[in-house]
Amino acid sequence: MPHVPDALAPLACPAAPCSDTPCARPAEAFVPSPALPPPPSAVGPLGWLRANLFDGWFNSLLTLLCMAFLAAVVPPLVSWALLDACFTGDASMCAQSSGACWTFIVHKFRVLMVGTYPPAEAWRPALAGVLLATMVGCTAWRRLRAAALAVLWLLLPLAALWLVGGGAGLAPVDQSQWGGLMLSVGLALVGILVSIPCGVLLALGRRSRIAAVRALCVGIIEPVRGVPLITILFMASVMFPLFLPPDMQINNLLRVQIGMILFSSAYMAEVVRGGLAAVPKGQTDAAKALGLGYWKMQAFVVLPQALRHVLPSLVGRCIALLKDTSLVIIVGLLDFLGMAKAASQDQQWLGHDAEAYIFCALVYWLLCFGMSRWGRSIERRTAHRAR
Amino acid sequence: MPHTNPGAAAACSARRPPNTAALVGVLVQAAVVGLAAYLAWTLLRTTQANLEARNIASGFGFLSVEGGLPINDTLLPYHPSDTYGYAFLLGVLNTLWVSGLSIVLASLLGVVVGCARVSSNWLVSRLAGVYVETLRNVPLLLILFLTYSVVLAGLPHPRQSLNPLPGIFLNNRGIFLPEPVPLAGFWIALGVLGAAVAATWLVLRTSRRRRDRTGVGLPTGWIGLGLIAGLPGLALLLGPRAMDFNLAALKGFNFQGGMVLRPEFSALVAGLVLYTAAFIAENVRSGIQSVRKGQIDAAKALGLKPGLTMRRIVLPQALRVCIPATTNDFCSLVKNSSLAVAIGYPDMVSVGGTIIGQNDQAIEIIGLWMAVYLTINLLLSLLMNRANARAQIVER
Repeated sequence: MPHVPDALAPLACPAAPCSDTPCARPAEAFVPSPALPPPPSAVGPLGWLRANLFDGWFNSLLTLLCMAFLAAVVPPLVSWALLDACFTGDASMCAQSSGACWTFIVHKFRVLMVGTYPPAEAWRPALAGVLLATMVGCTAWRRLRAAALAVLWLLLPLAALWLVGGGAGLAPVDQSQWGGLMLSVGLALVGILVSIPCGVLLALGRRSRIAAVRALCVGIIEPVRGVPLITILFMASVMFPLFLPPDMQINNLLRVQIGMILFSSAYMAEVVRGGLAAVPKGQTDAAKALGLGYWKMQAFVVLPQALRHVLPSLVGRCIALLKDTSLVIIVGLLDFLGMAKAASQDQQWLGHDAEAYIFCALVYWLLCFGMSRWGRSIERRTAHRAR
Repeated sequence: MPHTNPGAAAACSARRPPNTAALVGVLVQAAVVGLAAYLAWTLLRTTQANLEARNIASGFGFLSVEGGLPINDTLLPYHPSDTYGYAFLLGVLNTLWVSGLSIVLASLLGVVVGCARVSSNWLVSRLAGVYVETLRNVPLLLILFLTYSVVLAGLPHPRQSLNPLPGIFLNNRGIFLPEPVPLAGFWIALGVLGAAVAATWLVLRTSRRRRDRTGVGLPTGWIGLGLIAGLPGLALLLGPRAMDFNLAALKGFNFQGGMVLRPEFSALVAGLVLYTAAFIAENVRSGIQSVRKGQIDAAKALGLKPGLTMRRIVLPQALRVCIPATTNDFCSLVKNSSLAVAIGYPDMVSVGGTIIGQNDQAIEIIGLWMAVYLTINLLLSLLMNRANARAQIVER
């Protein structure tokens, strides 16, 4: 039965057979009059406001409360961060203004980026940063084939290490002088690139048929996942030297990096294990039927599917690793956050902790949010391709 | 390959074919066990040699040695002449106290923000979204530094303390609250409260049985509220005086008396709560969004009211998705409480770190840390898994 709009109801004939009142059937074909427009309060900005902000007394109350909150918070914040802020000049000008002192950040920018790295050589980390940015761009906009990308990503840390550390034609710079954002990103990058393969191996080991391998992998993964990163870093920084013979000591940065890789690998392993469990058994059966050996089966059949399943969680772990690099301050390395803290304690520029930390938060936020957006975009892409 | 070679197959057919896969397995196992044992043995030897060379004692004997550690914020009375073991125990208690309090507060805030994110109110859901996306994408340590050195250190000196409510003072030495001193009436009210809880439990059981039998239960909500809120209230009104307050007062340069929340403690709890709530909010959101719309439509079709739909249809199903992820977040919160060391709150890691600094017995302390954290996380997981088992669908 065709739906008859309410506005047209009087025109239509009742469906019941007419008994006493003569029912005039329209002689001409039925032409519905054009639908009436919705009431003005249900469309346009007004309708949107009603539907989304003032829908019932409770929602109206919430909206008003939120608006009051915004009105109380946003104007002072804007005037502090932008209107009354200092962007040029020196410390004395900052002391006079009531707003933020971004001059402080400008002044400390090099220290925040590369730490106590010799200023004359600062172009080297900058170049490494440009390389990294280029690689990120190529990956995000898919300018290169996947194989080329993989090789380049593996070469990148080596190139960056050579640029930053020196040797082979460049003046060597000791690792105690590395710091700032460079150190954070470097720790995270090497950590990610090494801990994903390690995590895959641990996850495969945890599902191995061989009991000893399984026990070993569980024995690594579970204790590491059960303790905070700080204890692992303490262990790397204080306990590792006791484990190694006196003539085989390695420096603190490398020890901390190993600790972070160990920590991150255990988490990556659990993520990958979830993906491995999601690959249907028919896939491994088919691979075996084709005569593939264990490693070929894992590399060409199981892992590509498993990793695609867990891509979002893997990106999540990468973000977590980048955030976790901030903990190295506790074992005495001055990363980005450490440099921000140190800079805010400079006698010349006292009282600018807020600016230092907010700048720091902004940079971390951009990096992490960018990564999570990128993760979501590849998730959508692979989901599209799988269909 | 053996079975493509007819000659080899013929040679083998005389006796049972050797089970190569099993043999390889055994060999690999032996190799792994041998390698692990060799590594462990080498590590042990090197470590012993290193410890001897550096004159570091080993064993847990140091725990009963007088420590002389300065710890400024403890739950139990502490004096620097107490032993290392007692100091470490106080650190463990502080870790538990901070983690427990933060878990409760973060859950409350997380549920509120998560519900706000799925709200039909555009402004509310946007604000919640901004909160979640901001907090999730910065390091926790940064939030701690920000709350500790900007917000709390930005409070005025004790003499110019903020006094938002009578008896409550905010200054850069901490947050001073009136300390409640329970009197006789309080204990009576507490006893009445216990009785009321027991009575409510009885009412709930009776109601469930009656509903199973007749299909109509009792108005448990009102009865329970009346019992739990009404009876102790009555006892407080009619009984003897329940509580005295020990107010903080400015004496000299600082406040004396009352209950003080030190800046380190407040910053740690605030940071942990704000950060973890963002993650819990995401769990709550995905839980609520995982409930199919048909379920809500069906509830409406059955004539359930919105409140009942939320309580009986949406929440039980949302919980099922929420609990496992939230268990992980709780465990992370406990582990993240170790960041206390960065702002100087004396938790287990901070106290242990000081002990390492004094006697270099890193292996023992790190072993203790790991044992305590593993135990806490294991217990927490067990507890949450039981909650999860209750929330899952019971198949008949």
